[in-house]
Amino acid sequence: MTRLSPPAPPMHNRPATPPPRPAGRVIPAMLITISLAYLTLFLFLPLITVFTEALRKGFATYAAAYSDPAALAAIRLTLLVAAIAVPLNLVFGLCAAWAIAKFEFRGKRLLITLIDIPLAVSPVISGMIYVLLYGGNSLLGARLLDADIQIIFAVPGIVLATIFVTLPFVARETIPLMEAQGIEEEQAAMTLGAGPFQTFFRVTLPNVKWAVLYGVILCNARAMGEFGAVSVVSGHIRGKTNTLPLHVEILYNEYNFVAAFAMASLLTLLALMTLLLKSIVEHRSRHAAPDPVTRIPTLVTATPEPQT
Amino acid sequence: MRKRTSHTAARLPGFTLTIGFTIAYLSAVVLLPLSMLFMRAAGLGPAGFWEVVTTPRVVAAYKLSFGAAFAAAGINTIFGAVIAWCLVRYSFPGRRIVDAMVDLPFALPTAVSGIALATLYSPHGWIGQLLAPLGVKAAYSRLGIAIALVFIGIPFVVRTLQPALEDLDPTIEEAAASLGASRAQTLRRVILPMVMPSLLTGFTLAFARALGEYGSVVFISGNMPMKTEIVPLLIIAQLEQYQYEAAAAIGLTMLGCSILILLSINFLQWRASRFGRTQ
Repeated sequence: MTRLSPPAPPMHNRPATPPPRPAGRVIPAMLITISLAYLTLFLFLPLITVFTEALRKGFATYAAAYSDPAALAAIRLTLLVAAIAVPLNLVFGLCAAWAIAKFEFRGKRLLITLIDIPLAVSPVISGMIYVLLYGGNSLLGARLLDADIQIIFAVPGIVLATIFVTLPFVARETIPLMEAQGIEEEQAAMTLGAGPFQTFFRVTLPNVKWAVLYGVILCNARAMGEFGAVSVVSGHIRGKTNTLPLHVEILYNEYNFVAAFAMASLLTLLALMTLLLKSIVEHRSRHAAPDPVTRIPTLVTATPEPQT
Repeated sequence: MRKRTSHTAARLPGFTLTIGFTIAYLSAVVLLPLSMLFMRAAGLGPAGFWEVVTTPRVVAAYKLSFGAAFAAAGINTIFGAVIAWCLVRYSFPGRRIVDAMVDLPFALPTAVSGIALATLYSPHGWIGQLLAPLGVKAAYSRLGIAIALVFIGIPFVVRTLQPALEDLDPTIEEAAASLGASRAQTLRRVILPMVMPSLLTGFTLAFARALGEYGSVVFISGNMPMKTEIVPLLIIAQLEQYQYEAAAAIGLTMLGCSILILLSINFLQWRASRFGRTQ
């Protein structure tokens, strides 16, 4: 499967401590120093900047940024958009994973590549295609506007663009693991009389839950933080079609730096929480019992009778 | 990786339902909107299309986007390799935190990284004020664009290289050393050939991401046409002037590049998996 986002660290067991190096302390120290210097310059300092700029004029000014009605509206809209996009893409991801991982069919590779497309295209293009489809200058968009349905420069457009950019996350995290699980357990469950939904929710889903959760975390982070695609379709109407990242941009361009960084700090905390959750999920999935026998003994100890 | 699906055993249920939903959803969310790019660009006709994508302003934006993305991906490949090596091979205080933080550019909303980098590298920022006396203008210049693209690309090389380095058996290096190879020789003749596919994949991923990046760049680049205007920004400029056909044409060439990159990554991974199997 093509990787267009940074791949997760490997799920297999990593040695707790790296193997000891033979003689030579100078080179490791040098390489570690270079690494840390590079990361400080490009990663840690920008991160610290967000908080120092947000708190530059004291905590009262920082807190005041949150009492702005436009800021609250932006936070509400961001939550609303994520609350729509994430569940939809979760259902899509599970359906796609089930079809791709458990069945053989022609065009499977193509389908996987199509799922990856949103990660390959520029966010600006992701937004633009919805403007081209539903904007007032298109056939469909003009019809919809006649019927008083506005999609572009309104909330539906923001939701659609967000769904587009976050579409691949759950699917791509789930498919490889579900493929690796094979279909024997599901067949056994069905043979023992479990219904299709029972099989899915009691057998398949528990086996891939960490991957699904991981995908949902990434999907949510991107849904709340998406800027480029949403920027194209939003129209930047203050208090109405501004998500949190768009509100940050407006405040920054108005030279209201403290408020801009105050809002940005909220998004940064979200990002840090995402990273923390990610680490926990990775840790849990590494330490979860890799052997299905220990988890669902009743299903596997029974010999699956192939149905004809 | 995948277990062989047995043909004698029963087929699981739900294929029609799930594949139907998957294809319908993909068509509505991805394929139909993307097809608009072709339809609108086609409205220009071949001559009109060519005229749009070869306008000096457009060509300048292409050159800048490709150049800056290439430079940033190159820098990230070198330093990403060093970081991945340190994370895999050495233990140092804070290693786990550094490991987790490498993903930050991926998790941080691009608008946030954009304003943070612009502030940091502006003439009054912590780093910008150190560079200003040296005559280096970091923010609002091409250098600023490269800086933003470096930030955004950090996770890609590190994360693709890490598993490859973990699979590398240190005893092979010891063998090379015991046979008289110097450290440089071991690196060049033993380690590099083995991790080359991952290194190339990481570079390509970082390059692809940098090419389309918008949010973290707009704040730090000066956004001057012909000088510091990247392609995504140019597309937005065209959209704001209601030049939908032109925007679609420029977008289509970008999409073509993205798909070429996607295919080359597929090819690289196919090569890598073949290489892995023959070993």
